[in-house]
Amino acid sequence: MAFEPYVRTQMLDPKPAPVTSVGPAGWLKRNLFDGPGNSVLTLVTMVAIFLLLAHLLPWMFLSVWNADSLAECRQIIDETYGLDHSGACWAVIHDRFFQLVYGFYPSELYWRPNLTFVLMLVALAPVLFTHLPRKMMIFSALFPFIGAWLLWGGSIWTPLAALAGFALGGAAYRYGSAVNGILAIAAAVLVPVIWWIFLMGPIARGLHAVIPLGIEVVESNQFGGFMVSIVIGITAITLSLPLGIMLALGRQTNLFIVRAFSVGFIEFIRGVPLITLLFVASTLLNYFMPPGTNFDLVVRVIIMATLFSSAYIAEVIRGGLAALPKGQYEAADSLGLDYWQAQRLIIMPQALKIAIPGIVSTFIGLFKDTTLVSIIGILDPIGLSNAIRADNAWNGIYWELFVFIGFVFFIFCFSMSRYSMYLERKLNTGHR
Amino acid sequence: MATVSEPPQGGFQLSQLIYDTRYRSMTIQIVTLIAVLSLIFWLGANVASNLAALGKPIDFGFLGEPANYDINQMLIKYTSQDTHARAAFVGLLNTLLVAFLGCILATVVGVVVGVLRLSSNWLIARVMTIYVETFRNVPVLLWIVLAMAILIEALPQPRDFRGDDPAASMFLDSVALTNRGIYMPEPLFSRSLGEFSFFGIFDISNDLLVLLAVLAAGIFAAKQIGKRADRIQNATGERPKTWYMSLGVIAVPLIVVLVLLGFHLGYPELKGFNFQGGIYMRNSFIALWLALSLYTAAFIAEIVRGGIMAISKGQSEAAAALGLRPSRTMRLVILPQALRVIIPPLISQYLNLTKNSSLAIGVGYMDLTGTLMGTSLNLSGRELECVMLTMLIYLAISLCISGVFNIYNQRVKLKER
Amino acid sequence: MTKKVFWGALAVAGVAAGFASADTLDDVKARGELICGTSTGLAGFSAPDANGRYEGFDVAYCRALAAAIFGDPDAVEFKPLTTTNRFSALSAGEIDILSRNTTWTLTRDVDLKTTFVGVNYYDGQGFMVPKELGVSSARELDGATVCIQKGTTTELNLSDFFRKNNISYEPVPIETNAEAQQQYLAGACDVYTTDASGLAATRASFENPGDHIILPEIVSKEPLGPLVRHGDDHWADIARWTLNALITAEELGVTSANIEELSASTENPEIARLLGTEGNLGEMLGLSADWAKNAIMAEGNYGEIFEKNIGESTPIGLARGLNAQWTEGGLMYSPPFR
Repeated sequence: MAFEPYVRTQMLDPKPAPVTSVGPAGWLKRNLFDGPGNSVLTLVTMVAIFLLLAHLLPWMFLSVWNADSLAECRQIIDETYGLDHSGACWAVIHDRFFQLVYGFYPSELYWRPNLTFVLMLVALAPVLFTHLPRKMMIFSALFPFIGAWLLWGGSIWTPLAALAGFALGGAAYRYGSAVNGILAIAAAVLVPVIWWIFLMGPIARGLHAVIPLGIEVVESNQFGGFMVSIVIGITAITLSLPLGIMLALGRQTNLFIVRAFSVGFIEFIRGVPLITLLFVASTLLNYFMPPGTNFDLVVRVIIMATLFSSAYIAEVIRGGLAALPKGQYEAADSLGLDYWQAQRLIIMPQALKIAIPGIVSTFIGLFKDTTLVSIIGILDPIGLSNAIRADNAWNGIYWELFVFIGFVFFIFCFSMSRYSMYLERKLNTGHR
Repeated sequence: MATVSEPPQGGFQLSQLIYDTRYRSMTIQIVTLIAVLSLIFWLGANVASNLAALGKPIDFGFLGEPANYDINQMLIKYTSQDTHARAAFVGLLNTLLVAFLGCILATVVGVVVGVLRLSSNWLIARVMTIYVETFRNVPVLLWIVLAMAILIEALPQPRDFRGDDPAASMFLDSVALTNRGIYMPEPLFSRSLGEFSFFGIFDISNDLLVLLAVLAAGIFAAKQIGKRADRIQNATGERPKTWYMSLGVIAVPLIVVLVLLGFHLGYPELKGFNFQGGIYMRNSFIALWLALSLYTAAFIAEIVRGGIMAISKGQSEAAAALGLRPSRTMRLVILPQALRVIIPPLISQYLNLTKNSSLAIGVGYMDLTGTLMGTSLNLSGRELECVMLTMLIYLAISLCISGVFNIYNQRVKLKER
Repeated sequence: MTKKVFWGALAVAGVAAGFASADTLDDVKARGELICGTSTGLAGFSAPDANGRYEGFDVAYCRALAAAIFGDPDAVEFKPLTTTNRFSALSAGEIDILSRNTTWTLTRDVDLKTTFVGVNYYDGQGFMVPKELGVSSARELDGATVCIQKGTTTELNLSDFFRKNNISYEPVPIETNAEAQQQYLAGACDVYTTDASGLAATRASFENPGDHIILPEIVSKEPLGPLVRHGDDHWADIARWTLNALITAEELGVTSANIEELSASTENPEIARLLGTEGNLGEMLGLSADWAKNAIMAEGNYGEIFEKNIGESTPIGLARGLNAQWTEGGLMYSPPFR
């Protein structure tokens, strides 16, 4: 009898996967109840989440949106939801919303900060999204002048005269270089500085007297709320970029004195808390200025915040510089480019691109840190929350304001950090 | 540059200062030096003339005068009759305390959260993500203020512990959680050895010193036992059981000394307005500590996650092939490697936490900003001196921390052979 | 680069904006408005309302001063200051006058180089405790937890009081009144101590004011008043006599309601001198003849300002007490206008 091995001639149909590994049940088992340890962890977390929401949700949603004072709020809650319910009184947000956003900016002029904000987004767009036309960068360069003029108001000649300083500097360089290189550089630096310090003010005033073109002046102590946070944050980060680039280059150079100063400055700023710098702004900066000089507190805070963030930006850019392959420097050298040409054409465009996520996260940090200005008496959202509670109508309100302020900050910072992550992914694919 | 040929002959021309690479760097440096020095000189001259105009020359003499105010949390003895300098020192110690404990808690929470974010448990991973995003994207000052508010509102007040049927009761009859802080039992010694005065600046308990010495000796002995076990293992291939011996040399002397010193616990008791006795952690401290730690932990979690993800997948696959359980893979294979990526950014987080501790001002924790740059400044009116001194102290702390960790970083760095 | 230089331009503009010369009055006139330092928010004394307009007892004085100079009570800008930067803001010339419930002490007057122009509120530090504690005197507060505002004279007084009576306490330093209130109500501290006016104001805002008592001890003298920089006596005179004008007006019965009538026809020579219809007091101060009239019309006389902002008809509900006119047993006593 011949041995006939058993050979299957026909494949069996695959069996469906066990019910415990497909569908919702399978997902649950894999992701939530995989083993006793995980199951316990899941259950404990669920109970914790439930308890948290059971307390928070009724407070948040069974609440009052329309009332003129905390007392009225409490009364409405007692009447509507019963005596033992404690609900939020969002009416304070409703009542003081514009104050929390614009501070004491004149309400008929709200369009100015709004317009500035929109223009700012337009100005940022070509920086943040590289596929937009490069010509938009011209607007980005002009935006600081437009923005400052819109926010603070005053004569249009002041920003124009400030701009003219650059034109003068350029012209001085061009004419100077015809004569002598040293003269050109000296003239390009000195002419604008002299213009800004001595001539700009009188000329702008003169022009204004002849052709009065301007909008109503708003002093910066009328700035407040989220507007002041955004103004301080954005201005400081923009101003700190050029400073940060110089510091980063200074830290990398082999010129000993330049490097020593750069390292000293960066390490000093990074070694002290921001609040001490803000104290300098609020109490000491006047001591460092010539007698009789007087700045606005918001301007002083912007100065210190700029110095503060420039040290951090410098470190971020240094990281970008370090990430560039050495070949790029060597290639620039081999093309015969001098130091500044190499920086401008080869090194910086690449290093900055790599550094953008870091710059964005520095900005997020700075934006959050603007809340510290409440400690030195600027009415940012947190400062305003104290002022609002000092009003008899809202004396005793607490959580609602903080929850609202925290929520707004979260929206801003979260979206910016998402953007920076998007950018990081994009850059990664570009380089690997 | 190597391509520079023969230096040009002939006399020195002014334009060489810029065009000649030999002189250019000199020119730039000298110009910078002059610019920076004149800036410093200008600022200094302004300060001098402003202060002269105010009739308030720089004078640190106020540091030697009585401070006249009280500080609630003091690690060393202090009364309102002590000097401003001592008050500042008390504040400095408080800063260091909260920074030190904050770094520890932030690291623990951060590592746990960072690892759990990569957990296969969907719910846990999501919850951790929410935690990280919520804490990272809201200002730390808000967290500090909120933590304080929660402690004040959610915990019972000491009054609630009073009466026959109190609204609140102590945990195990020894720990009281109140909205003024946490009261815990404290170690006491009935045959105390007194205190050792460190140049009259602060006192250290001799009991503590003795205990530390005994503990150190015990650990040293345990190490020797371990080394002996290693030798035996190397020689015979069998490792003798040593854990009971190690435990013995550490624990037995410690227990003997504790008994000799008359160790017992002092429990907090409700007397008068407050609990008396025991260790008292004020809620300003707890709020600051928790808020700083949880905020920083969110950043550390991201750093840890990034560090773990930076380890190539082959490492965990290799560990799995060796039959290591996931938890051991993490502990023995992934984390040690990830540590090298993690440590540098971790140091800067520690620095941030230390600097952020200056926000103590928001909850009334008397740290350096609360004493030297707060009440002392207000009472003496010496803004310039107080703020400058505070900045210098913070700078020194920061430099110390980064110095110590940089040394550590050098040591754990991958040795390339 | 562009941006850095832009900032320079901004700085230059800022520098040009404010050169403080020796004569504050000239500066104020050249600027067209008075800059008044005030608190970031203290109910009844100074707080911005929903429209951002500052209101309160300290604010009203600044408005009166602005009216005395410009005839316009709104020609004033308010700078909110903290306890930390209030004196440096004054000495640096950021503000012309500080009206921020500041206690007049020797150190502040002499060492901090300021000049107090008078007292607009006689205060004293007191203690508030919940009734259920059964405390009737501050001397029974041994071991109590005390909420106290940071960086103020109250901190010193508290330390002195407890040391003098040889009892212990646990200070809880707090930045703002609102936070102190929250901690006190939650029972995180047994006692809240601050100026008696502040205690009354705080107690008035509670849901059940009757559950709290203010202890009889007043442990310090706290004369609160506006102050200016050392070295400009002319400016100090203007500030001092504006305050005196408000006080005198109440004494003489001149109110914002009858002032027009009185200035047109008064028999009382002192009123006539005050309102500038007789004599040349305004000219001596370098102001217009009707300076005091404008000051009084701004927010009323001292009594009116008191009643409107912190008096018994307001939620703060303070009685006049020491701050009544000297003719009614108080301490408000203005030197004569002659």
